[in-house]
Amino acid sequence: MSFIEAKQLVREFFRRDEEGNIEGVQVALDHVDLNVEQGQFISILGHNGSGKSTLAKHINALLSASEGTLYVDGKDTADPMNQLAIRQSAGMVFQNPDNQIIASVVEEDVGFGPENIGVPSDEIWQRVEYALKSVGMWKYRTHSPNKLSGGQKQRVAIAGVMAMEPKCIILDEPTAMLDPNGRKEVIRVAHELNEKKGVTIILITHYMEEVVGSDRVFVMDHGKVVLSGTPREVFSQVDVLQKYRLAVPQATKLAWELQQAGLAIPSGILDREELLEALKACR
Amino acid sequence: MLRDITLGQYYPTDSHVHEMDPRTKLFGTLIYIIALFLFNNVLGWLVVTGFLILAIHTCKVPLSYMVKGLKAIVMLLLIAAAFNLFLTSGTPIFTIGPLSISDVGLRNAGLMTIRMIYLIVGTSIMTLTTTPNQLTDGLERSLHFLNRVHIPVHEIAMMMSIALRFIPILIEETDKIMKAQMARGADFESGGIIKRAKAMVPLLVPLFVSAFRRANDLALAMEARCYHGGEGRTKMKPLQYHGVDRVGYLVIFIFLVLVIASRIVYPMLMGLIGV
Repeated sequence: MSFIEAKQLVREFFRRDEEGNIEGVQVALDHVDLNVEQGQFISILGHNGSGKSTLAKHINALLSASEGTLYVDGKDTADPMNQLAIRQSAGMVFQNPDNQIIASVVEEDVGFGPENIGVPSDEIWQRVEYALKSVGMWKYRTHSPNKLSGGQKQRVAIAGVMAMEPKCIILDEPTAMLDPNGRKEVIRVAHELNEKKGVTIILITHYMEEVVGSDRVFVMDHGKVVLSGTPREVFSQVDVLQKYRLAVPQATKLAWELQQAGLAIPSGILDREELLEALKACR
Repeated sequence: MLRDITLGQYYPTDSHVHEMDPRTKLFGTLIYIIALFLFNNVLGWLVVTGFLILAIHTCKVPLSYMVKGLKAIVMLLLIAAAFNLFLTSGTPIFTIGPLSISDVGLRNAGLMTIRMIYLIVGTSIMTLTTTPNQLTDGLERSLHFLNRVHIPVHEIAMMMSIALRFIPILIEETDKIMKAQMARGADFESGGIIKRAKAMVPLLVPLFVSAFRRANDLALAMEARCYHGGEGRTKMKPLQYHGVDRVGYLVIFIFLVLVIASRIVYPMLMGLIGV
């Protein structure tokens, strides 16, 4: 069994009028199938309102499905008894760094998760040290989160999840509110955790540049998974991506345009270096 | 301008009072307040003053920090003292026109002023030497017994510490909204009280909306990190009594005994010298 296994997952949101009668139905997830193996780095791409955050909240058991099944680490998310165990093995980092830090000292915030699951005090300290060191924030442990930059705050939030020793971390648009530097910082930490600690990462984003290093990419639109594959497979379908209103990275776009114009450039160029190589080969 | 507000005026240094468990300090403050209203003669005053000087000396916080708190209540002090001074009936000892000062009034005004000043200075020692988080932790543990009467002590303490965490964020946000509204022509600084109060509406509405949004996000983030109330929760920094707390409790106890003794001994002494 895969680490995350979603079968025909459906989630509907009902709009109700003042008397509570159903006015309309909005399908946020439409028969989604998803398989994620332990240790993979997965990206989910999609435009606003494509259902990608809703999917993330299902994996963390914050929301439950209307139809279909979702197993995380072999546990059914529909069973309320599994909730805590699932949240522990699949931690979640949210978009706004300010709104997810609970304590007024960095180390206390990282200790919040382990405190909740009843870890003994001395072990909490070991976990906090391990988590803060793995995101490179150990020297800021006694700082107030208000004094940190956005990227640093987001790293503290990741450490807070790491301290619960999860098998998987879901990052729900972690870079949406950050400047370019903070964005790089967070993505680098996510890759480091994936490579060095073997944590499964599910990165939800609408920046295509960030998905380049991942093992698999899923593209969502209107609650459906419309495209999936390795970044190269996905990036080679520029016309399809543009149809789903996704901003293709410049290098990929240029390569595609050149290819369309008749130049012998392979499909699925991921970054500037590859484009340069391909252009050199053309001469 | 809003950034100047400081709440939880912790003064970090290395002293025995700082090392103490917040519960010891809370208990000490409670006993100190009781003692302030117990003493009623010179002997008692000496004991209380001695205790206060001892506390100020051991906590190593500059005296000016404690006196700062007094500025806010100077007016209140003066008014209260004046009422006590002029409106207490008793044998008049001094008369200016319609106003007369009685011996009881003089005594009451003096006692009250001393009590108020000591109260502010003494309690500020506690807030200056304890971080807000320690304080909520201490309150949570000391008031734990209230759980039996179904008062959610853990939840209240959690709310307090989250409120403390969000104060600077909301202040910053207020500043931002204020500037945004000023850029669009809002005027917060002129006009009378009513006009100014009305000008606050376009500030408060967005602030409330954003506070609710933040609360919603935070609740989700807490749930995602397995928060499920105080049950089965452990502490990263559990409260523990150390040697310094034993000394602290001993001093507080001796202090209380001395204050009570002063009430009994003083009339006897007065009797002895025949007043």
